[in-house]
Amino acid sequence: MNQIQPGTWVEIEQVVLTPEQRAPTLPEDTKQVPYLLRVSGFLIEPAELGDPARIRTIIGRELSGVLKTVNPSYSHSFGTVVPELLTIGTEAER
Amino acid sequence: MTTRDTSYSAVMARRNEIMKASMGMDYDDFIQSPIAFDYERMMRETGYTHADIVRIQRETKVGDTPLLELRNLTAAVRKISEPGKGATILVKDEAANASGSFKARRASISAFEAARKGYKGMIAATSGNYGAAVASQAAQRGLKCIVIQEVYDSRGVGQPEIVEKGRACEAYGAEVLKLTVGPELFYMQLRTLEETGFFNASLYTPFGVRGIETLGVEIASQVRARYSKDPNAVVITHAGGGNLTGTARGLLTAGCDQTRIVACSVDLSGLHMASDRDFNRKSFTTGHTGFGVPFATWPDRVDVPRNAARSLRYMDEYQLVTQGEVFYVTELLTKMEGLERGPAGNTSLTAAVTLARQMDREQIVVVQETEYTGAGKHHNSQLAFARQNGIEVRRGDPKDNVPGKAIVIPERLDQVWGKVQDMEHLRLSYLKNAARAHPVELWSENDVAFLAADLKVNPEWVQQKRRSL
Repeated sequence: MNQIQPGTWVEIEQVVLTPEQRAPTLPEDTKQVPYLLRVSGFLIEPAELGDPARIRTIIGRELSGVLKTVNPSYSHSFGTVVPELLTIGTEAER
Repeated sequence: MTTRDTSYSAVMARRNEIMKASMGMDYDDFIQSPIAFDYERMMRETGYTHADIVRIQRETKVGDTPLLELRNLTAAVRKISEPGKGATILVKDEAANASGSFKARRASISAFEAARKGYKGMIAATSGNYGAAVASQAAQRGLKCIVIQEVYDSRGVGQPEIVEKGRACEAYGAEVLKLTVGPELFYMQLRTLEETGFFNASLYTPFGVRGIETLGVEIASQVRARYSKDPNAVVITHAGGGNLTGTARGLLTAGCDQTRIVACSVDLSGLHMASDRDFNRKSFTTGHTGFGVPFATWPDRVDVPRNAARSLRYMDEYQLVTQGEVFYVTELLTKMEGLERGPAGNTSLTAAVTLARQMDREQIVVVQETEYTGAGKHHNSQLAFARQNGIEVRRGDPKDNVPGKAIVIPERLDQVWGKVQDMEHLRLSYLKNAARAHPVELWSENDVAFLAADLKVNPEWVQQKRRSL
């Protein structure tokens, strides 16, 4: 179907520990959920989103997991305006 | 190839052998009892002199950062102070280090040591500026780098500040392992050290802490050169304890034995550090009490057998500030001083404002770090994210601040007041933790002497308190 080509920059997800396998002392909410890893690298063999996949990371390590994102990127920002900050330290406030 | 058991308990059981192999250093040489060890000898036997450290740091763009006088902020503080009060506030612009924070000092000696010992790469488990510092130093020494970060809650949502810190690590060429919330970060670190045979660039090794000493020495010489006296107080944002320990040791090396060492953390009491839900209700990712208090009261809760960062050994007082106060002062730094810097580095600046107000006009208070700022790593991002996560954000009296519920940004500078943490209480908690590690009735004279030095008290104080434990 929608095969992603080897060499594409992708992100995989791996279940490191299931809830049962996690550390013995955890708060209740954390205890309920698996311990997950996400890591980016170049796809080694063709795969579709949601398939098991292997990657070669930027430093050359081979890791495996489920193919999660193609061309993972960053979109964090300075956030929406916070009006409470605008006048701090200005003439309007002095 | 033999496949090793990678279950949580099996990996944790191998921790000592993994750590030994990943540092080329054996802590057994220094350990004297379940609590005591020869701290000063461990620090000395890193094999690096102060001059060596300076030289190594210059090779990789670390240190010699500017010390800036905050004239307008000092004037504003004097306006609200009693006559004769209002110390001069100085700030050490550590954002000028490669990778944008003082953490480069901490990573630099580890990277040099890893390369010298022939390791192919280095690993650090951190969600802070330290990751970028290790990645940047590793890149300059031709080493591979893996940074292990706690980034997401179980919904896959990450704080903008941590996401930015991960981006920076990748920008410097590191592989970044991005994990969900949990103390298993240490397990992941051990597993990755074992798989790769890389160097453990733990935050808490003697190399890391010795690398920060240059910061204290620089402050001493810069203040003396410009003001012909020693700083009266140095304020240090406190989390794991390395920043405080290294800076204080540097100041002592330079002979500043009358300088008050003031710790400062953002008060996040009430929020659980390992809670999936609370994770994104914190608007600070470090420099807060969730790390500051447990690490002060039991430094050895770390990823090495004995921690080189021992804050109570050097701390004279501990100031707590609210998130709202720090955001307010960060904005003042920008608008009044023309310096836009990241919020975590401004935690100590906030405490400096309250200290300066109580100190004499002729005195000097030094804020010993700044950090870089940018998308995600900015007080506007943090506040917008908080609001999005249901946290109330408003102007008002910071006394109404409730961690995880309401961020109250002061309306005026005279509302920035913070509060003081009880040192006696901290020292007692430390003793209780020590008693858990080694029963009180087994404490030898050497143990008592170690505890006294570790708490900056005399042995009589320890003897007196041990009876009440």
